[in-house]
Amino acid sequence: MMISGGAGMAEVLVVRQADLLEARRKVVSVDGVEIGIFQVGTDIYAWRNHCPHQGGPACQGKLMKGVEERLTEDKQSLGIHYKDDSLNIICPWHGYEFDVRTGRYDGAGGLRLKGYPVTVRDGGVYVTL
Amino acid sequence: MSDQHKISELPIIDAFTHSGDILAKVGQQSTERRMDDYFIVDVDSHIGDAEAWPEILKYIENDATREAAAFFGGGTGRGAYINSTPGLQLQHVGGRIPHGAALQEKIDDKSVPRVVTLARRAIDAMGLSYQVFFPSALLFLGMHPVREMEVELAIAYNRWIVEHVLPHEPRMKAMLYLPFNTPEAAEAMVKRFIGAKGVVGFLVTSTRYQPVHANEYMRVYSMLEEAGMPIGFHAHHNWNNEYTKQLNRFLSMHALSFVLSNMVHLTNWVINGLPERFPKLKVMWIESGLAWVPFLMQRLDHEYLMRVSEAPLLKRLPSEYMQDMFYTVQPMEATNMKLLEGTLEAIKAETQLLYASDWPHWDFDVPSRVFDLPFLTEQSKRNILGGNAAKVFNLEIPDRYKAKY
Repeated sequence: MMISGGAGMAEVLVVRQADLLEARRKVVSVDGVEIGIFQVGTDIYAWRNHCPHQGGPACQGKLMKGVEERLTEDKQSLGIHYKDDSLNIICPWHGYEFDVRTGRYDGAGGLRLKGYPVTVRDGGVYVTL
Repeated sequence: MSDQHKISELPIIDAFTHSGDILAKVGQQSTERRMDDYFIVDVDSHIGDAEAWPEILKYIENDATREAAAFFGGGTGRGAYINSTPGLQLQHVGGRIPHGAALQEKIDDKSVPRVVTLARRAIDAMGLSYQVFFPSALLFLGMHPVREMEVELAIAYNRWIVEHVLPHEPRMKAMLYLPFNTPEAAEAMVKRFIGAKGVVGFLVTSTRYQPVHANEYMRVYSMLEEAGMPIGFHAHHNWNNEYTKQLNRFLSMHALSFVLSNMVHLTNWVINGLPERFPKLKVMWIESGLAWVPFLMQRLDHEYLMRVSEAPLLKRLPSEYMQDMFYTVQPMEATNMKLLEGTLEAIKAETQLLYASDWPHWDFDVPSRVFDLPFLTEQSKRNILGGNAAKVFNLEIPDRYKAKY
């Protein structure tokens, strides 16, 4: 079980694991704090539903693979292709893309989503706020 | 899930999501920032006119053109006569920005046009008092190969707006399209629609190859100056000229061409002395962002001082005329706050800058973008978010806000 970063105080049951496994992603408001919970393989991640750009609902957007531009050995472009084994959450407001596993912006600039610790027990997914 | 906590599930956002859900966080931002007493006007938004195109075609006045329109789009009329290019179709960034393609949300209310419901949803979600909207479908029409078609479609569109849309919602305001490639038709458009309810100005779409200083346009400018109505130059892309053809990515083309057209028109406007000829005409530059303005101010001042004999109508520096013009916020370049602060100072933002969202396009700006700028005074924020628009467009400020303006 992967635990995403961030310190917190209250542990809150946010979703049943079976429901998350089926949906891959749930976005919930806990006492007004909006959190996206993502299942990737056997790992679960929780990110604040707040884009560092304009405060958009980043976790409510589309899940897509990231892309890369492939080059030949002599630096000629082979075009833009999906990155194998990548998964980004994309803010629906303006398209800012974040790696679901790390919360980091999938490009230059150093932006990232705020993370919350996740634990699973007794079939429930808990997020520590 | 928890007895001790209030938990609710939020929707996944796609092309069919209610605008109010997409923009829910704008309301949260307003509450967090206590913006309730801010009078906010969005001076550049768009409505779903591409979907309404068959409806708009009914307002074409030439019956032969109107009837032939029904044979386009597989008999639906969709896209009839429109000379659009792939540019706008790429707004959604390969499906990443759902509203960038089109708002496809379900609307059951048939008592008003769909575009009115969409506008109301955005107005309510963003806490606007007024929304000035522009014709998305016509933004490239200035490049139409058939000059007469620009005139016919512009008349139809403007009639649709004035007769079919504006009567339903007093918070919606329009700048009407001028068929600028035919100066006498542009004049006729002003004469016909000036004073129509909800019409707050007239618009030139900047993607066109027409010099704005040509003598044929002087009567139009004079009419608008006399009426106290602003003229706006709304930028758009142009992926077809010899320079932009070299750009292989939408981001590159968009970054340059939305600015290039207005740089050309503004340069002609200033260097040919139009501010001296029409000193009271309110001129707005729309959707080119802001970073280009201080560049052009310095560039034109620099060249003017060495070649004054080429611009004898000018009594002030080009940059000083540019400080009398109006600019819209969006898309606000904000990755370097020092440069942005200098830009807003250069353009005298407190009196000359107007908030614009460009909703629902892919690079829209929310009102908190202005509110959060750390170097602005409260009065500047109030002016930019609404006060300046009230002056430019002669809008009445609702009573609940008046004490602060």
